[in-house]
Amino acid sequence: MLRKLCIAVALVAGTAQSLLAAGVGDPQADFKAFRKYFTERFSKVPLNDFVNGPYSMDQGLRKQWKAIDEFPPYEFAVEQGKQMFATPFKNGKTYADCFPNKGVGVRQMYPMFDAKWGEVITLEVAVNKCREANGEAPLDYTKDDMAAVTAYMAFTSRGKPFDIKIPDDPRALAAYKKGEQYFYSRRGQLNFSCASCHVQSPGEHIRTEVLAPALGITAALPIYRSAWGGMGTTTRRFRTCNEQTRGVPLAGGDELYRDVEYYLSYMANGLPISGPGSRP
Amino acid sequence: MAGTIRVRATASGDTTEVQSLIRHPMDSGFVKDAKGELIPAHHIEVVEFEHGGKTVFTALWGPAVSKDPYLKFSFKGGKAGDELKVSWVDNKGASDSLVAKIQ
Amino acid sequence: MRTLIKLVVVFAVTGFAAAAFAASAEEFKTAYDKAEAAEKQAKALKNQWSPTESALKAAKAAADAGKFDDAVKQAQHAEALANASIAQAKEQESVWTQAVVH
Repeated sequence: MLRKLCIAVALVAGTAQSLLAAGVGDPQADFKAFRKYFTERFSKVPLNDFVNGPYSMDQGLRKQWKAIDEFPPYEFAVEQGKQMFATPFKNGKTYADCFPNKGVGVRQMYPMFDAKWGEVITLEVAVNKCREANGEAPLDYTKDDMAAVTAYMAFTSRGKPFDIKIPDDPRALAAYKKGEQYFYSRRGQLNFSCASCHVQSPGEHIRTEVLAPALGITAALPIYRSAWGGMGTTTRRFRTCNEQTRGVPLAGGDELYRDVEYYLSYMANGLPISGPGSRP
Repeated sequence: MAGTIRVRATASGDTTEVQSLIRHPMDSGFVKDAKGELIPAHHIEVVEFEHGGKTVFTALWGPAVSKDPYLKFSFKGGKAGDELKVSWVDNKGASDSLVAKIQ
Repeated sequence: MRTLIKLVVVFAVTGFAAAAFAASAEEFKTAYDKAEAAEKQAKALKNQWSPTESALKAAKAAADAGKFDDAVKQAQHAEALANASIAQAKEQESVWTQAVVH
């Protein structure tokens, strides 16, 4: 009798648990729910416009962006990145030798799960792995050369839809879920999660900035950010967000940064690469 | 410094609209580095645009203009195919110039 | 002789008073080690707060300047902040799922 009661209780608890957790950690269910949330809340925004971040949320800001975009501030970085691609490493090889399709028009496939390494490889990590494989020192993850080479690669992929894959590998699924957890976890003394701003409050102001929606938020990176007076990578943006909530940022290439980029980019599947971008 | 100037000039009717982006640190001389020492002033002082032998635009810049300055203006005259010369000089005596074709 | 006695008494009293109210270098070390250990735990959880780091730095600076009262206060403040960041990380482990869009 007691045993039957225990089983019954366990079954009920199990069902309740799975109801609560429905969609959490299941990429396809998450994807549907995420997309529905943003397209319903911002029904006037065309789906492909979400990749323009704050400009999809604020018309005044959009006008200014359109004016700047005629002559974009990231042009120098793209030019520099192109030069980097054309310059061989000390051993004679080039970046083209490390990437599919010679590194041209491939940015939309990143981050990808690498079964050999057993981890998520972002574009920035791939650049440094390429350098290390060819006897070169790794680049600083946040700006300068890393921003330039990823700006060039993003530019060659402009308009191409995100094509992020989660292979049938428990490690890939675990990385996806870790990324999702990072995105929704509160951190820093100010106790914000990424979602606090980018899911709860897109289009609203935080100090003088207009918040971007989380949908498609990785599409415009790397960016020329006026607040920085220069270019910054995905890593730089993540680090700045950590600092802004009074958290100590993680190191470039940290597993959690890779995983959250993986999660966010998967959520953006089908949306076009808009990078490199410019932001206030 | 070479290759610092990007310019796009478009003629429309009797007006030419010019946009330019100049790569320059534009250090004001008021900012301190990580060690707490002042980064010396290093900024463009004069930018000039010439068309048909005449100066159509002059900018006199100082410490208030920020890094990689963007400039946009229009002038009367100019047609597609004409040459437009852009040049700048900074407070250290460095300079660069570029001749572009109006589109 | 009377002056000497007066002086001895004065020194004895102030010395005693100083010992009763001032923190010592050893007390600072204890407080700082505790704070550092907590911050190390926060780092392992990848959830350090920047004010914790500032408080630790301030504690060290005060100790270097011989201001051990201040230094102990800052170290205790740092420990409290570090503990709060650990508590935040641990709590978020279970509550984050409630925030997920569904």
